[in-house]
Amino acid sequence: MSGKLLIKNNATITKKSVATHDVSLTSALPWIGPALILIALVVIWPVVELVRISFTDITIAGSLLDFHGFTNYRELLANPDLYPVARRTLLWVFGIVFSTVILSLPLAQLINQDFPGRKYVRWALIFPWAASVVMTSMIWTWILDAYSGEFNLTLTQIGLITEPVDWVNNPGNSFYVLMAVAVFVSIPFTTYVLLAGLQSIPNDIIEAAAVDGAGHWQIYRQIKFPLLRNSLLIATIINLINVFNSFPIIWIMTRGGPGYETDTTTTFAYKLAFIESNMGQSTALGVFNFIVILLIVSLYLKVTKATRTEL
Amino acid sequence: MKNTKSKTISVKKVATMTGAYFIAWFFLYPYINMFLTSVRSHEELYAHPTTHLPQAWQWRNYLDVWDNAPIANFLKSSLIISISATILALVVSLPAAYFLARYRFKFRGAFLLLVLATQMFSPTALIIGIFREVDFFSLLDSYLALIILNAGFNLAFSIWLLAGFFSSIPIEIEEAALIDGCTRIQALRRVTIPIALPGVVTAIIFTFVAAWNEFTIALTIISSINKKPLPVGLTQFIGQYDIAWEYLFTATIIAIIPVVVLFIVIERYLVSGLTAGSVK
Repeated sequence: MSGKLLIKNNATITKKSVATHDVSLTSALPWIGPALILIALVVIWPVVELVRISFTDITIAGSLLDFHGFTNYRELLANPDLYPVARRTLLWVFGIVFSTVILSLPLAQLINQDFPGRKYVRWALIFPWAASVVMTSMIWTWILDAYSGEFNLTLTQIGLITEPVDWVNNPGNSFYVLMAVAVFVSIPFTTYVLLAGLQSIPNDIIEAAAVDGAGHWQIYRQIKFPLLRNSLLIATIINLINVFNSFPIIWIMTRGGPGYETDTTTTFAYKLAFIESNMGQSTALGVFNFIVILLIVSLYLKVTKATRTEL
Repeated sequence: MKNTKSKTISVKKVATMTGAYFIAWFFLYPYINMFLTSVRSHEELYAHPTTHLPQAWQWRNYLDVWDNAPIANFLKSSLIISISATILALVVSLPAAYFLARYRFKFRGAFLLLVLATQMFSPTALIIGIFREVDFFSLLDSYLALIILNAGFNLAFSIWLLAGFFSSIPIEIEEAALIDGCTRIQALRRVTIPIALPGVVTAIIFTFVAAWNEFTIALTIISSINKKPLPVGLTQFIGQYDIAWEYLFTATIIAIIPVVVLFIVIERYLVSGLTAGSVK
């Protein structure tokens, strides 16, 4: 039926009338109102609540006493555990995002080539993206298990180690293992964004350069990479946010332990609130975390502004 | 001359393929290991030295797991939460996306910013505020709270993606339907939405998978064992002294395979929704 409609009125379609209409805010509300309510409930309310508690004296049972000024913030800053955790968070965020981007660039280039089975290689890359991070963390915990894991088994067989190494629970290397798992789950999304960027580069530009005698590396360095800049920036910023917020990997594999040795500010804030019942300090840290995210988000908005207005 | 050239090309192609297949194996490897672990016996898992492949393939783990852990309950919770959240997100995002694509109104830019910001704020950062709010509404340990929160945090993806699809459909097609005597809603239902169907399917699948995998809110809000969704329920295996890895991984295989298939279905649209407002 709709097909008929299309053919019958084909003649009336003109380019000019594609323009959208201007309407008042009140007529917009029935359409966007439900979305506004949902956003208010899941984002705005929790933000307001978080900030409010951070300035209040809160009991362990959760009842608010009175306005407290910056006491929670002062107590948090006086907490000696905060500083190693904050330093580790910097390593976590920059180490993971940097490694992810560096590894995803050649990977995107590779799966952009035409070769038999390319489709299945891309599908393989979907696995860590679609699978729950909780479950991926569980399987890495098992693979890296000191006595029963396949990683140590292989290392022993090829003669690299003689004694089992406890990768996940050994304080010396545990944090780097967590970071490696985080890189593993971040690569697929990043690679797909870069691949989309590569595919948007018109073929004739590259052909023209090749005709002019540019080599592969020259084409990549001087044509593809600059055109990829926007995708790269977007992928980096989204990764910064995701990695900063990352919770399940650390929670499943080490719980941030031993002590706070593998905590980031995100897991530390969770621990303070729900394990140590220290709501005051936890909300103060939560507000800090929120401000960090806000800064990254505003960077994202600035970067994407030009294309956003087109919609 | 010509011959050597085609030879170098094929050498290059073989190198590309070798590299690509190795990388495919690397990203699949943990899930292959997960599967191989899921068909081993408990004794074999703790045998020392261990082996790469199962010595005896114990397929009945896939039947026994249902009796040895409350998997059916976890699965039921996951399905209720994910399906309801998907429906709610779709019902809310469809009209908003359509209106954004078709009309200009005051504060439209502000609304777009707000939507984009919700995509960026993960529930983890706001978890204390979320916990207190859910408590305020006396909805702790309820599906309803998880449904609303999952729908809300994934709204942005749907709105951005669908608005993109709608704005690519010429308005004349709808106007033609109106002239032919359709009401506005009929025109939407019979003309616009069918054309935007790939977008709608992508939005549905993405929301479903995101809700299916959500961990932090469910961990914080749900306390009864029989209401826990899969990712939270399965972590209880870990706390035990003698972890039943074989059952844990039969359960994770059951949980992972459907969502990977769903993601493969929407592969080509995934990036446009996630990098909202940036890459076209």
